[in-house]
Amino acid sequence: MKFRTLMLGAAASFAMAPMAMAERGADGNVNIIYWQAPSTLNPYLSSGTKDIEAASLVIEPLGRYDQNGALVPYLASEIPTVENGGVAADLKSITWKLKSGLLWSDGSPVTSADLKFTADYCMHPEGGCAQLAKFEGVEGVEVVDDLTVTVTFSEPKPNPYGPFMGGQSPILQAAQFAECLGARAPECTEANFGPIGTGPFTVTDFRPNDVIQMEANQNFRDASKPAFATLTFKGGGDAVGAGRAVLETGEFDYAWNLQLAPDVIAKMAEGGKGKTIAAFGSLVERLEMNMTNPSPDLPEGERSTAKHPHPFMTDLAVRKALSMAIDRDLLVEVGYGQAGRPTCNLVPAPALYASDNTDCLTQDIAGANAMLDDAGWVDSDGDGVREKDGIKLSILFQTSTNAVRQDFQALIKDSWAQIGVETELRNIDGSVYFGGDPGSPDTFQKFYADVEMYANNFDGTDPESYLAQRTCDKHPGPDTQWQGENINRFCDPAYDALVAELGKTGELEKRGEIAKKLNDMLTKESYSILPLVDRGRVSAHANSLGGVVLNTWDSELWNVADWYRIK
Amino acid sequence: MTDTLQIDPIEALKDKEPSKPPRSQWRDVWDQFRKHKGALFGGGFLLFITLFVIIGPYIWTLDAQKLDIRNKDMRPIYTWLWDGSAKIAWNRPLGTDNLGRDMLANMIKGGRTSLAVGWAAMVLALFLGTLIGVLSGYFKRLDGILMRFTDLVLSLPLLPLLLVAVTLFRQPLRAAFGPEEGMFILIVGVIGITSWMQTARIVRGEVLALKEREFILAARSIGTTPGKIITRHLLPNIMSPIMVSATLGLATAIITESALSFLGVGFPSDFPTWGKMLADSVPRMTEYPERVLLPGIAISLTVLSVNYLGDGLRDALDPRVRGR
Amino acid sequence: MLTFTIRRLILSVPTLLFIALVIFLLLELAPGDPMAQVPLTVPPEVKEKMREALGLGQPAHIRFFKWLYQFFVVEPMVFWDWMWGTTYTEGMQRVISWQTRSPVMDIVVQRMPQTLWVVGMAYIVGILIALPIGIYSAYRQYSVFDQAGTFVSMIGFSIPPFFTGPLLIVLFSVQLGWFPSIYDTTHVVTDWASFKVQFMQMIMPVMVLALQTTAQISRYMRASMLENLNEDYVRTARAKGLSEAVVVMVHVLRNSMIPVVTVIALGMPAIFGGAIITENVFKVNGIGQLLLTALFANDIPMVLTLTFIFAILIVVFNLIADILYGVLDPRIRYD
Repeated sequence: MKFRTLMLGAAASFAMAPMAMAERGADGNVNIIYWQAPSTLNPYLSSGTKDIEAASLVIEPLGRYDQNGALVPYLASEIPTVENGGVAADLKSITWKLKSGLLWSDGSPVTSADLKFTADYCMHPEGGCAQLAKFEGVEGVEVVDDLTVTVTFSEPKPNPYGPFMGGQSPILQAAQFAECLGARAPECTEANFGPIGTGPFTVTDFRPNDVIQMEANQNFRDASKPAFATLTFKGGGDAVGAGRAVLETGEFDYAWNLQLAPDVIAKMAEGGKGKTIAAFGSLVERLEMNMTNPSPDLPEGERSTAKHPHPFMTDLAVRKALSMAIDRDLLVEVGYGQAGRPTCNLVPAPALYASDNTDCLTQDIAGANAMLDDAGWVDSDGDGVREKDGIKLSILFQTSTNAVRQDFQALIKDSWAQIGVETELRNIDGSVYFGGDPGSPDTFQKFYADVEMYANNFDGTDPESYLAQRTCDKHPGPDTQWQGENINRFCDPAYDALVAELGKTGELEKRGEIAKKLNDMLTKESYSILPLVDRGRVSAHANSLGGVVLNTWDSELWNVADWYRIK
Repeated sequence: MTDTLQIDPIEALKDKEPSKPPRSQWRDVWDQFRKHKGALFGGGFLLFITLFVIIGPYIWTLDAQKLDIRNKDMRPIYTWLWDGSAKIAWNRPLGTDNLGRDMLANMIKGGRTSLAVGWAAMVLALFLGTLIGVLSGYFKRLDGILMRFTDLVLSLPLLPLLLVAVTLFRQPLRAAFGPEEGMFILIVGVIGITSWMQTARIVRGEVLALKEREFILAARSIGTTPGKIITRHLLPNIMSPIMVSATLGLATAIITESALSFLGVGFPSDFPTWGKMLADSVPRMTEYPERVLLPGIAISLTVLSVNYLGDGLRDALDPRVRGR
Repeated sequence: MLTFTIRRLILSVPTLLFIALVIFLLLELAPGDPMAQVPLTVPPEVKEKMREALGLGQPAHIRFFKWLYQFFVVEPMVFWDWMWGTTYTEGMQRVISWQTRSPVMDIVVQRMPQTLWVVGMAYIVGILIALPIGIYSAYRQYSVFDQAGTFVSMIGFSIPPFFTGPLLIVLFSVQLGWFPSIYDTTHVVTDWASFKVQFMQMIMPVMVLALQTTAQISRYMRASMLENLNEDYVRTARAKGLSEAVVVMVHVLRNSMIPVVTVIALGMPAIFGGAIITENVFKVNGIGQLLLTALFANDIPMVLTLTFIFAILIVVFNLIADILYGVLDPRIRYD
């Protein structure tokens, strides 16, 4: 059956070659492979990237971020701003207007009731909505008319583009999900696995954690799109296999997020069946310096808490020397190639918020050694490790299990050995390390080590909540079940005050300035966080697949409607 | 047959002084063992590989963890035979990896860990498996409970079990034995206690069949204690399945260890093992085949030699075979 | 024999319940968190709410009994409904996976065909290759054939599938382009052409898995044959003038098969368990891949249900192996 449609598609495209690009479904089938398989197509129940991106083929938000991080209307007729009156002057409400004539894939019209329902669905107290953070501060959603809603916030919101914006917060059809509110959400398996949407494709078969088959949405708002009649979305395996299927064997057209060493990707690209594309977002691989004492000799519940400052990490000279000893260019060359850039910033993009801090980029072993000498850290007993007052510079360095991270660990350990710092490495399975189980000693929140490495980014283009994670009251600790985002237990009242100021500032230029200052306080002033690499995203597409624009600010499949087969 | 015909019947009735002192049993064992070419080769290779990993570090003194990023991705010197432009150096006979670590030094250090883990875990699993298999096969009262226990262990998912073991015991073991030895004990323990079931099952089956045989009945009828029956009569007769389990067990232990390191619950990343070297190099298989082949061949040859050695030992220890 | 079987069947109920409890406690103790794969951008308060929605707020024993009820009462009733078109289970809570928020058993049923096709076929192919190799290598011990067989099976056993899998892909998919490197789970066999496609995509994973099975079973077969070839009854059989073929293929083989049959029967549950690494390498998304993703996502209901199904299979096949033992070897008595 599938083979026949494929053949028919191919035959049709031969017959009408000049017009092929302008006709829906003329280009047959497109194959996408994600090495993590989607578990559901309802992004409100699962916030995994794989689930959100698969869902973005079917359901759409009012607006998306484009490849430069700018806002583009999708279902909305335009992006509301203070200038065009869509956002209230007091920043307490935003009014969205839908395009007219939009239809769901089942043929019924899209109305403002669907928007209100989507908000109710996520904000239901028993629902356990994965995207609740998008609706933070929302006081209510009012239906103004059939196509207009107003979202009101309890406090002024300098960045009101949380609800209905970006891949994490698409619109659900009220009719389909009406019975699925709150605790009943998981009972609607059929709806969660095949949401009715406005996107370019509709689901024909969904197999959780395996494969999704889709066909073109006959009611899509652009009559000439999508160019493909059917789509196969395969999940599972590993990044090597996915890259191979696109670049070397040509079985698939698009492979997502090839997290592989640059020489491995380069070798695959020699296969000649496809090419790799890279783009940068806000993801930064960093080292966190533990400001509190993780010693196992302390009683449980007091390890890595503000009660006991770290014996040597609290010394600025040590942290700075550790940063100076690292060769970030080398790390990028070994681990990321074209998909990475050395950085000294926690907020590397967008340009408005990115600081010009570059002083860490050159490795300076001699300078680091001199700095430690001056600070009184000397190797007095000749074992190659510096000490002061009986405290040795001996570091336990942990991260999650991942080939590139283990290479980084080895390289950093080597650099630190050159400045007389001894390092013990540890790697922990990602499902434990990034899990928040308060019973496990190995989570990154508990931070029972001196230094740890991971990567993090922020949603959308506004770093406010990201920077606000570093205030004193967000320390993970036993009283909060170790839930907290201030991983390294940094604490500076001046920083907290500046974060509060950022929350009250609406003017973009001013926000940028404050964000840069906050970034510098965490990095080049305190060296409590050592950013290493600004990590881009590398994906691959077949030579015959056209129209792909890699986007790191939203779903990678954001413009799948524009994809076509190059003939 | 022909020998007996030549003997004079009257002569045969006379007592003769023994012309030679009686041969010791171990002498016979050695003679039989020597006849087995494979066993000799296996034993020799095992000795060689053991010496290689023990003495190796004193001869090849390069540090396995020393990074030398300028000399990364070197090829082994033999590649020069067909590719004159390959990046090779005489002081890096087996080449270097993607961070410039010397492959020969890593092979030596990795082999040390792999062999130690393989042997220790195999011996532990073999001991547990034989013990439980013999007990449940021989004592009917223990059979039910031990076999249900085997079912239980068989159905436990390995990965959560490991994570639990790591969470509960890593800190105390690290405090007691240091980071590397602590991890070693943990891994050997976990592999050992999760891989004895097959052996136990097979041993039990053999014992069930053997204990109905006449010689066991005879032994029991003259009042031999169960302990003696097991050690003198049962164990020697079930040597061959045990030997097979042992060879398979050694391979499984080495491979399981690599899978564990691969999943991030094994040794720290700066602690090479053959299995882990193999697993890490799979993505670069086409470009640098030696990086998977060297550890892969090392594991295979080790397992192979243990297998031949086991074969030879079994033949040598079995008096029925030895006579021929 | 019948009383033995019945007694064992009754005894297996408490055993299985105990196994379920142990697996549950193990998963409870394990340091995982279903929120581990949620991006770090999601704030902790939201994660806490999501945990509550999964039912993690309830105490452990309540969750365990709930699962027992769902597994032993609700799921069989769902099956009954599906068989006869009744609607007894309307509104009843089934075992729900945390990852997909859908019934676990539905996904298991969906995954079964791939696993049985690939892993089951590999097991059969493996046994069919292993038995003749084992028999012949034992009969001609230390011959060239025996040496080669030993060598190949040892290589097969000591080289892990995460190496052989990619090796085959590089050889046959990338260089030669003969077979697909990615298994199409949606493929339906309807006619000869589609069967050929199915055959092509199965051949590599089946070969990787069969190599492992062959290595193991041929070793046991060989050892067991060697054991029996030296027995007195073989000499007797030869002495009374039976042909060599009858001696080996009837007398020796029948006795040597006893331990091998156990090994084969005990390996059966593993078929249903899938092959974690091989399934992953070739993207045969079967039960093994399901278990692996569930483990990494700390999807406790899924892991618990899957491992418990394996436990049932293990207990059942263990019983079958014991009964076979009794049938094949009259010397063994169970009563």
